[in-house]
Amino acid sequence: MATLPDGTPLRGKLFIVEGIDGSGKSTQLDLLHKWLVSRGYLVAFTEWNSSPVVRQTTKRGKNRRLLSPTSFSLIHAADLADRIEHHILPALRAGAIVLADRYIYTAFARDVARGIDREWVRAIYRFAIQPTLALYFRVPLEESLQRILVGRPELKYYEAGQDLGLSDDPYEAFRLFQGRILAEYEHIVAEFGLTVVDATQPLVQQQARMRRLVTPHLKGARKVQHRPWRGVLAREGLHGRYLNTSAADGEQGT
Amino acid sequence: MTQVLYYGHPLPGLADTRLPGKLIVVEGTDGVGRSTQIALLREWLEANGFAATETGLTRSELAAAGLKKAKRGHTMGDLTMNLFYATDFVDRLEKQIVPALRAGFVVLTDRYIYSLIARAQVRGVDPQWIRDVLGFALIPDAVFYLKIDIDHLLPRVINSRGFDYWESGTDYLRGDDLYENYVRHQTLLIEQFDAMATEYQFHVVDATRNVPEVFGDLRAAISTIVADMQAPAESGVSRRRTRRRRSPAGAGRDRSGGPRGLVATSQADTQQPGATTQGARG
Repeated sequence: MATLPDGTPLRGKLFIVEGIDGSGKSTQLDLLHKWLVSRGYLVAFTEWNSSPVVRQTTKRGKNRRLLSPTSFSLIHAADLADRIEHHILPALRAGAIVLADRYIYTAFARDVARGIDREWVRAIYRFAIQPTLALYFRVPLEESLQRILVGRPELKYYEAGQDLGLSDDPYEAFRLFQGRILAEYEHIVAEFGLTVVDATQPLVQQQARMRRLVTPHLKGARKVQHRPWRGVLAREGLHGRYLNTSAADGEQGT
Repeated sequence: MTQVLYYGHPLPGLADTRLPGKLIVVEGTDGVGRSTQIALLREWLEANGFAATETGLTRSELAAAGLKKAKRGHTMGDLTMNLFYATDFVDRLEKQIVPALRAGFVVLTDRYIYSLIARAQVRGVDPQWIRDVLGFALIPDAVFYLKIDIDHLLPRVINSRGFDYWESGTDYLRGDDLYENYVRHQTLLIEQFDAMATEYQFHVVDATRNVPEVFGDLRAAISTIVADMQAPAESGVSRRRTRRRRSPAGAGRDRSGGPRGLVATSQADTQQPGATTQGARG
């Protein structure tokens, strides 16, 4: 179960995925999401840096390069705080399964890679809900870089860690920054007991393992009838062309 | 501020920085007259040849706009609001306050972390958590607390801008009666400030008096704080003398001493700004 920082258990389940860029965690979480919906569970999805209240400020800070390591850290904490207060916690209280693409460990890894104090970043995230299951998608640096940098995509300033001045070349900066993050994640895996998924395995095998890991935690999670209008469509021979199906079937945001 | 002290962990990149300016904080509840006093102090300092600058909450380039927008819609929970304010604060600390201190300015700050702590605590936020979050704050050279009671505060507020939604704590008190909320919220805030006066060694100024009297107190105290900034450019001889005279009773250092109950991360080097020589090491 998921628990509040004071240990109070919540009815819902919080499953989170972590890993460096290119580890394949989002792909796997998406597959899990669809599977849980098909099994009839009530599922909510949330991703890093997506709070409607805070996001604009983060974007402004990134576009104008206003962010220091400390303000970068705090604005991301504000983002998660808002998503917990308005989205994650209410859903967990209602007994839903919440899937989070990146969670506090992303901050622990990235912010420390930016020179932030380890203890301080752990202290500011003390408000966070304890996840039911935290999966870390472990991938070697070179493998993840190959997955991401194929086709030479444009790397953003903060994404590449260029604010740290590691290199003038965005690709080299990105490589060095990701290496630092990866090293930090390895500390975190041991410190918080994250469950490691070998992200070099075939995708089908990873998904099978993910489902095996999640299954024991599903008892008590709230179910909901997805597409409750289905019967009417069949009976009346309708197509449902005016139904907003993507918003109503629990698969939004994927 | 030569010796930079922090309540918690230093900001990245600032661990060994020397800041010859002075950081002077004016704290107190809403409507007590902080901004009036700061406006007067700034002009007085400049008239006396000191480079002075001012800053206050919600004035950062990064977060001010987003914070104001979020407050207008009352869309934030307590944790989010605290972290948003902390973001605004650190942006100003890194981009306005520290550069000005480094350049030797007297920085007058309208509110500091203490207002953020008071606001968080009246809303039931974990007191240690908010102190940890704001642990990167530099310990100021002086904190002037303009102390007032609710009876003296009420007529001033009614006479100026009236009751404000946030200053009445309506976000957490939930009642319809703005007057009652205002009295309750401000009473609670004043209690928080009073408690912090001991914890953080505030210089308490009786703000129930009129503006000239309060200004007189502030001017006298700040004159002492900035006195060591007026020394003429030091020659090699006086530099050595300065070093020899160094003692715990030095005015600037004495005031920046860490408050009780907090870990002050002290930068070991306690020399005067002009006193760095190779011989001084170790």
